[in-house]
Amino acid sequence: MRYEAPRTLKAALALLSGANGHARILAGGTDLLIGMRAGHVIPELLVDVKGIPEMTSIVAKNGGFRLGAAVSCMELIEHKAFAKAWPGVIDGIKLIGSIQVKGRATLGGNLCNASPAADSVPAMIAAEALVSIAGPNGKREARVEDIAIGPGKTSLAKGEIITSFLLPRRLPHSGGAYLRFTPRTEMDIAVVGAGVNLTLDKSGRCLQARVSLGAVADRALLVPEAAAALIGSRVDAAALENLAAAASAACRPIDDKRGTKEFRIKVAGVMARRAAEIALARARGKN
Amino acid sequence: MAKQHVAATINGDAVEFLCETHQTLLDVLRDELGLTGTKEGCGTGDCGACSVTIDGRLVCSCLVLGVEAKGKSIQTIEGMAAGAELHPLQRKFLEHAGLQCGICTPGILIAARSLLERNPDPTEEEIRLWLAGNLCRCTGYNKIVDAVLDAAREMRRK
Repeated sequence: MRYEAPRTLKAALALLSGANGHARILAGGTDLLIGMRAGHVIPELLVDVKGIPEMTSIVAKNGGFRLGAAVSCMELIEHKAFAKAWPGVIDGIKLIGSIQVKGRATLGGNLCNASPAADSVPAMIAAEALVSIAGPNGKREARVEDIAIGPGKTSLAKGEIITSFLLPRRLPHSGGAYLRFTPRTEMDIAVVGAGVNLTLDKSGRCLQARVSLGAVADRALLVPEAAAALIGSRVDAAALENLAAAASAACRPIDDKRGTKEFRIKVAGVMARRAAEIALARARGKN
Repeated sequence: MAKQHVAATINGDAVEFLCETHQTLLDVLRDELGLTGTKEGCGTGDCGACSVTIDGRLVCSCLVLGVEAKGKSIQTIEGMAAGAELHPLQRKFLEHAGLQCGICTPGILIAARSLLERNPDPTEEEIRLWLAGNLCRCTGYNKIVDAVLDAAREMRRK
């Protein structure tokens, strides 16, 4: 196994496209090293992308943020301006493993590992984050919800790298939140996750909303029907009930020891409603 | 495949070592450098026994490759006491009996120091959350949390 730590994106892309055998990108390594240890993943080449400046920096830009895909979760949590602007994304990031794991784990890895239960993904989908992708045929952008296509599978072509995430400028009176259900309070995998992001107008009516659910399908889902229940409403009890019903209706979960199908469907509605209530309080300027 | 040559700083000392690409930093510390204070528990990032800091960032050394240490500054438990003088956290762990078998202790001490560097006055809840990635099967955690609270109190007075 060969290890390379290129200093530029161009060099990283050349390494990936020139690889003979199985090449893997090494960012935080919190999934890759476990796979290697278990013998599930046997790479011929590891390309460590943490030496590439654009992948390891957080840049505030025109009121928005560009987050390098290989920035560690702890760096994001400790970045005061980012954490203040996007508390719903921070909710999701904070739930990824232990402090130690967050010291290494990255948004790019959480997305590309393509676990349906990844905690940052519904939060980023609700936030309407875009990904910048570089590949042998140049650069392109995509929506976060279009990257994972099933457990462990992504829509990325061979040799493509997610380099950064772009979060837009926030409108005034916006708030977001992510909640998940787990049997334990820490160090667990989501049975259901729900991310909500909303913007109010001056009168307190919901102008825009996005709702995303995790761990209730083969990938994190964007649920426009649930968002539609909020848009135009005052996010009152009736709107929240409609949101919960739409969230539950969108689920197509697995049935396993951590949660039955019926349980996940029910809890998805509850989590979406509670996340919307937190997002609403944040949009109104209350934490 | 030739071994990788890595130059790093460990507990303030310049160190060079050779390692295989697949070797974790934990393997390198224990097997190549003889720094066996860092323990292997699960080997999969769940238990925190192998906690070290890399450039001030708390991580599980079982989830880091040895080659990734190139040019980095690593702190392990061996660097915690100043010669014969124990770090306040180490002293308080003894006073409060915050350990029994001791396997989790180096990792917990490293993790607790990393918390106190960022937050010199943590609440009990903040300590419990920060240490959620460090498993102890002996103490039931209360004595560990008491020791960290007490060490933080003492360190704030200095």
